[in-house]
Amino acid sequence: MAAISKFVRNPMGVIGTGMLLVVVCVALLAPELAPYDPQARLQVTPADILAPPDAQHLLGRDDAGRDVLSQLLYGARVSLIVGFTASFMSMIIGTTVGLVAGYFGGRVGNALMRVVDFLMVIPDLPLMLVIIAVMGRGLLNIILVIGLLGWTYTARLVRSQVLTVRERQYVLRARAIGASHMHIIWHHIFPQVLPLVIAQAVLDISVAILEESSLAFLGLGDPTLISWGTMLNFAFERAISAQAWWFLLPPGFAIVWVSLSLILIGNTLDQIVNPRLRSHHLFDARRMVNIQNSG
Amino acid sequence: MKQGNYLLRKISFAAMTLLAVVVFNFFLFRILPGDPVRLIIHSPRMTRQAQERIQTAFGLDKPIWFNGERLRQGDLVGAFDTQFTAYLRNLLRGELGISFATRRDVSDLLKERVWRTVVLVTGGDLLAIFLGMALGLVAAWRRGSRLDMGILLGALFTWALPTFFLGIILLILARGHLPVGGMATPGLKPEDGLKYWLDVGRHLILPTLTMAIVYTSEYLLIMRSGVMEVLAEDYILTARAKGLSTLRILRDHALKNAMLPMVTLIALTFGYTVGGAIQVETVFSWPGLGRLMYEAVQKRDYPVLQGTFLLLAVSVILANLLADLLYTLLDPRVKAE
Repeated sequence: MAAISKFVRNPMGVIGTGMLLVVVCVALLAPELAPYDPQARLQVTPADILAPPDAQHLLGRDDAGRDVLSQLLYGARVSLIVGFTASFMSMIIGTTVGLVAGYFGGRVGNALMRVVDFLMVIPDLPLMLVIIAVMGRGLLNIILVIGLLGWTYTARLVRSQVLTVRERQYVLRARAIGASHMHIIWHHIFPQVLPLVIAQAVLDISVAILEESSLAFLGLGDPTLISWGTMLNFAFERAISAQAWWFLLPPGFAIVWVSLSLILIGNTLDQIVNPRLRSHHLFDARRMVNIQNSG
Repeated sequence: MKQGNYLLRKISFAAMTLLAVVVFNFFLFRILPGDPVRLIIHSPRMTRQAQERIQTAFGLDKPIWFNGERLRQGDLVGAFDTQFTAYLRNLLRGELGISFATRRDVSDLLKERVWRTVVLVTGGDLLAIFLGMALGLVAAWRRGSRLDMGILLGALFTWALPTFFLGIILLILARGHLPVGGMATPGLKPEDGLKYWLDVGRHLILPTLTMAIVYTSEYLLIMRSGVMEVLAEDYILTARAKGLSTLRILRDHALKNAMLPMVTLIALTFGYTVGGAIQVETVFSWPGLGRLMYEAVQKRDYPVLQGTFLLLAVSVILANLLADLLYTLLDPRVKAE
């Protein structure tokens, strides 16, 4: 397919995919790769607490004497689970709302878009903070809150696309020969918006991962799991004064790694499916050609 | 006439959003296991008078939001004499309850801290807007060049960076050179005058810088694509044909036209900025609303949490309304919509 070959020729997309694959493998193989059980209650001596890296513990120990590297590897699981499931939820809700609002319009469509406007105005992080603080900080609650609040942009995107697709010749013809609304939406409109939705969903995964880590850093991560945000919360509360960089930096860079990979992939997809302007009048035409060839 | 309609629509939307937030804020904290107001009433640390004061202030002897008994008796006013209306009345009087942790009035706590957050958010946001617009303009003008690629990659990288983590990195790097926590060096007081305020300014450097770096990418990316769109317009070609210098084209044509969408973006970003402030204030122990919220989460201090959330949400809603109104002033086309 043309889109795939375009993607493969884009260095950003390929690098992003590679980076993401590394994280996915780490998450899947965490029990194999991790040298220690990250949750195990260890026999610790005072020397083990916040011990710097050595041959047995490549990334040193945390404030309870546990192996940081093992925690880091397991942390990939939480990030990916939250990112993918929350983004998937947002994608389903956003696409449905956008399709309904765009295709049927009218009062229902307007009401739906008012809900979107409403959710867009409320500041996300404070809202998530109060909800999780009240509802409890289990993994499911965290996923639900991120997923249920994150669909507004997708809904807007889908709606604006549907508004143009709806008026195209083949849709009008399908309607003229008596196709049902469901048939038209599913067979004629949905395939047209799907590429945009997927590009947006990939970007949403990174947003969800960043949101989970922020919540966890603020002390609202699932207490039974080790996530990168939780590690940073502990590291910041208990190890910042000890300058234990081996405990502070790895989880942070792990978050940057995975979200950067998703942003690179999402941006590349967006460039392919959403071709905007390719030239402008202050641009040197000769350079243009080069860029189009290399891009 | 049309403009009047537009303004009215925007204002009524903002009013409805405000109402929804108030209602949400009331009911969310009522589903808590062990209603917070009851919790505080039974706290042994409360004096008898304080308990009674809260009891009447929150109308705890009344039903939550509707009194069916009274309605059946034909008492329409009495039917709405409930905890919910008591809450609304308190809200209008600026009464937000009492902190579990400090036993101080929540509204006093908020009043004391709000300006510290306003200063931080305004400073960080202005710096981010300036940097984002400048870098976005350059990147769009030099589209596809190495400079553009560099700027773009930098923007994507900071976009992927959690705000609190950037704060932690800067904190580690700057330790020993700049103050990394609190609002002023212990011992200095506002009475010390200029010396005190300069010290506060030094404490503001790192938090402001963190905010600015994180939000620059947001403005930069939008500015870049906006300017790119403008540069493809025919009037740019005309301006070029007239022999205007590149600088003038960028300044007088591209910048001016690409600024319009920025106004809406600044208001929309305000919601994220507030979330960023929570993280930045937590990292640098800047005693504003964000730090207050973090501490309230740690101590499960629900009245403080509730009050802070309300204040933040209301400010963001009003900022958005303001942006909409400003937009009508700047762009006459909106009126015709």
